[in-house]
Amino acid sequence: MAQNEQFCTFFLEGHYFGVPVQQVQEVIRYQEMTRVPLVPQVVRGLINLRGQIVTAIDLRRRLGMSERPAGQLPMNVVVRTNEGALSLLVDEIGDVIEVEEKTFEKPPETLKGMAREMIRGVHKLPERLLLVLDTERAVNVGDPSVAAEGRSS
Amino acid sequence: MSESDIVKDFLVESYENLDRLDRDLVGLEKNPKDKEALAGVFRTIHTIKGTCGFLGFNKLEKVAHVGENLLTRLRDGQLTLNPEITTALLSMVDAVRQMLREIQATGQDGDADYPELRETLTRLQTSGADDSGRASTVVAPLSPEPQVDLQRLEKPDASSFPLKTEDLLTVTPVFAKPEDVPVPQQAPETKPRDSAPETIRVGVNLLDKLMTLVGELVLARNQLLQFANTSEDTSLQAVSKRMNLIATELQEEVMKTRMQPIGNIWAQFPRTVRDVALNCGKQVNIEMEGKETELDKTIIEAIKDPLTHLVRNSVDHGIELPEDRVKVGKDPTGRLVLRAFHEGGQVNIEISDDGAGLNGERIRQKAVERGVITAEQAARMPEREIFNLIFLPGFSTAQKITNVSGRGVGMDVVKTNVEKIGGTVDVHSTAGRGTTVRVKIPLTLAIIPALVVTCCGDRYAIPQVSLLELVRIEADHASKGIEMVQGAPVYRLRGRLLPLVYLDRELRVGAEKKAGEATQAINIVVLQADDRQFGLVVDEINDTEEIVVKPLGKQLKGVNTFAGATIMGDGKVALILDALGLAQRANVISEVHDRAGAEKERSAGEKSAGNRQTLLLFQTGEKGRMAIPLALVARLEEFARSAVENTGHQEVVQYRGQIMPLIRVSEVVELAENAQSGGSSKTVVDPQASLQVVVYAEQGRSVGLVVERILDIVEEEFVLERPAERAGILGSAVVQQRVTDLLDVQAVVQAANPRFFAKAAGA
Repeated sequence: MAQNEQFCTFFLEGHYFGVPVQQVQEVIRYQEMTRVPLVPQVVRGLINLRGQIVTAIDLRRRLGMSERPAGQLPMNVVVRTNEGALSLLVDEIGDVIEVEEKTFEKPPETLKGMAREMIRGVHKLPERLLLVLDTERAVNVGDPSVAAEGRSS
Repeated sequence: MSESDIVKDFLVESYENLDRLDRDLVGLEKNPKDKEALAGVFRTIHTIKGTCGFLGFNKLEKVAHVGENLLTRLRDGQLTLNPEITTALLSMVDAVRQMLREIQATGQDGDADYPELRETLTRLQTSGADDSGRASTVVAPLSPEPQVDLQRLEKPDASSFPLKTEDLLTVTPVFAKPEDVPVPQQAPETKPRDSAPETIRVGVNLLDKLMTLVGELVLARNQLLQFANTSEDTSLQAVSKRMNLIATELQEEVMKTRMQPIGNIWAQFPRTVRDVALNCGKQVNIEMEGKETELDKTIIEAIKDPLTHLVRNSVDHGIELPEDRVKVGKDPTGRLVLRAFHEGGQVNIEISDDGAGLNGERIRQKAVERGVITAEQAARMPEREIFNLIFLPGFSTAQKITNVSGRGVGMDVVKTNVEKIGGTVDVHSTAGRGTTVRVKIPLTLAIIPALVVTCCGDRYAIPQVSLLELVRIEADHASKGIEMVQGAPVYRLRGRLLPLVYLDRELRVGAEKKAGEATQAINIVVLQADDRQFGLVVDEINDTEEIVVKPLGKQLKGVNTFAGATIMGDGKVALILDALGLAQRANVISEVHDRAGAEKERSAGEKSAGNRQTLLLFQTGEKGRMAIPLALVARLEEFARSAVENTGHQEVVQYRGQIMPLIRVSEVVELAENAQSGGSSKTVVDPQASLQVVVYAEQGRSVGLVVERILDIVEEEFVLERPAERAGILGSAVVQQRVTDLLDVQAVVQAANPRFFAKAAGA
């Protein structure tokens, strides 16, 4: 068991998030996306990653946060999942940091809603809290044919 | 070369040889005098025996050895091949294959040393002695026809199906050239070893990688072409043109490396058929047409199991026992025909047998029992629909479960597997005459030609396969060109109604535009989905392009409107539309599982094949123009209004000694006029006038359909264009240049008197 874990960090609506570095394939700046009709809104579109087609998931929408202000372009954190590469759209990219295991704690009981399911826990860093994203859960947006009906745009 | 390399080579070579052995042996059975083939079989076994002796696989060597002894006697003409010997030799091939697998997995030839098999093989040499030497040491004379004795001696039940070698199985390659028949592409073993090799073995991985790279190259070329087109530089344009040509050619050639004749997988079917037929005591000839039809390797692999299943099914369930066949006046030997041919960028594979055909009644029953459909739906469902129910999961009508089929898994898996590669399966059957299963699959999956269209600023690719034609209605004709049938937009394409589907609405993108109010030109892409056609209205039609199909991520898999995605020349991603999924989404056709809603439309689809029918045209209400097939009409009658009596709420008349219920069509089929005027047509009927009644009879019971006026009887080829949303209507068609609704008689009777069919069935 490794005592320390490395996280690739990013920001969403001011919150400080992290995913384990091993899961991250690369971080790229905003890419033009092709929207996909009839699928849940969290799927923002498809991007062309050097010939590979990658689905981009808007983490703000996924975590039930407010929409990103117009004009602010998201960044892509491309993660490896069991079903291939997937892009997570985030507001801003932070550093890669190393944290100790002992600073980890389960998510507080007061954390509500969708966010609770998708956050594995919290690292208490000296200056702020690092929310650890459960990548597998975050990318599992469910059966699109079921969720499709709610889409308005 | 290390020993493991030698073993690996030995395995690869042996597998190929064994595959050929299967074919050769079955072929030999038909023509036992074929010295050449026999020598080939002998050589193969001899090679295997020799090599495994050298590599130290003793058990394998032992089995191969007794097999070789038997083959020696056959080769030297001391024995003639008969079914029993063939069976024994085939089991030996299986045993050898099993041991090779063992070697592949563990490096050892396993624990089993097949004493029984070896015993049988030895016994079949008839010398009795475990003769370890060559044939020359065997001196026991043989009876001139040893196979007769053998059958009686060792197979007491042989008399129950006295098979002649010739009857048992015939391989008839119809199109294949003689030299193609026994030797597949990569088996140069029958040629002398020292000739320069014309083929080399290449790993499939390498080919796949090449394919991916060519895919990327095609994309880069598309990008380059776009760039060059906007450039003034003539030398750049020249280079890009050349590059274009080369890339196209390269793509074709690389695709070819992955193409294989379908004969490669068919080759094992004679053996399969033989085994299954022997197992269930049937006699089956297998015939193959179009062996040389080529398919992409990945597709070949994907359809291998489904096809095997279909073939086994045909023998096990389709073809009857010889005695039953004779009873109905058929040749005791059943016929199984495999056909493959190219058609419109697709490959069609048909598996037909001349057996008993599917039992529609039993499938119907089964479907109702399983709750797949209701009894009512079952009664109204056309035969062909019923047959296709066998593709639903958990459906088997086999009365007894055999080890071959009938366990309720299979047909649904066949369908799933075929659909996975973008194919379709369809079954046709005639009672007593046989069953044909038709599998349609794309040639290749990787690179396809597609039409690129724009809708609300997004580009979509439509595979050329489903594309029929493009229609453009200029702006000044646009409002007139599109008509509405019951709220559904249609376009008259050469006299036929083409249902229109608006892409932006189906995808729920962009602002709502009202149909028929378009001020711009309308672009219609006419698509084929299954056996239906529909027009897809898009904003713009761009160009056709070769696209590389890329799969969608798991998050998007559930949306069957999209077949995948591709990268366009400018590097952006475009979605590939799936004509079938789109049609289902727009309810042009419905999903198989959505039985309740689909059924009406599907029975409508039945008729859309453009059949010629005699129709009775009549008027309902004030304006309703409707038709029913004359075949459903028993008589036309006229009744005085005074003759109408009532039982409960039901209007009835006395008719031929029976009480015949009357159904007012205009009341059952809600017509638009009625809805507007708020009243039923009764109010406009003159009480003095007589009633026009169309008598519909089923199983001795009649029901009268009251119509306003009989108009005409016409024989016309019509196509049901628009599946209707209204109850009691099958759809609309152009009859005598006028839009006419086709009445769903059964539904109308059912609606008015739900017990009519139940009683009829009970009576």
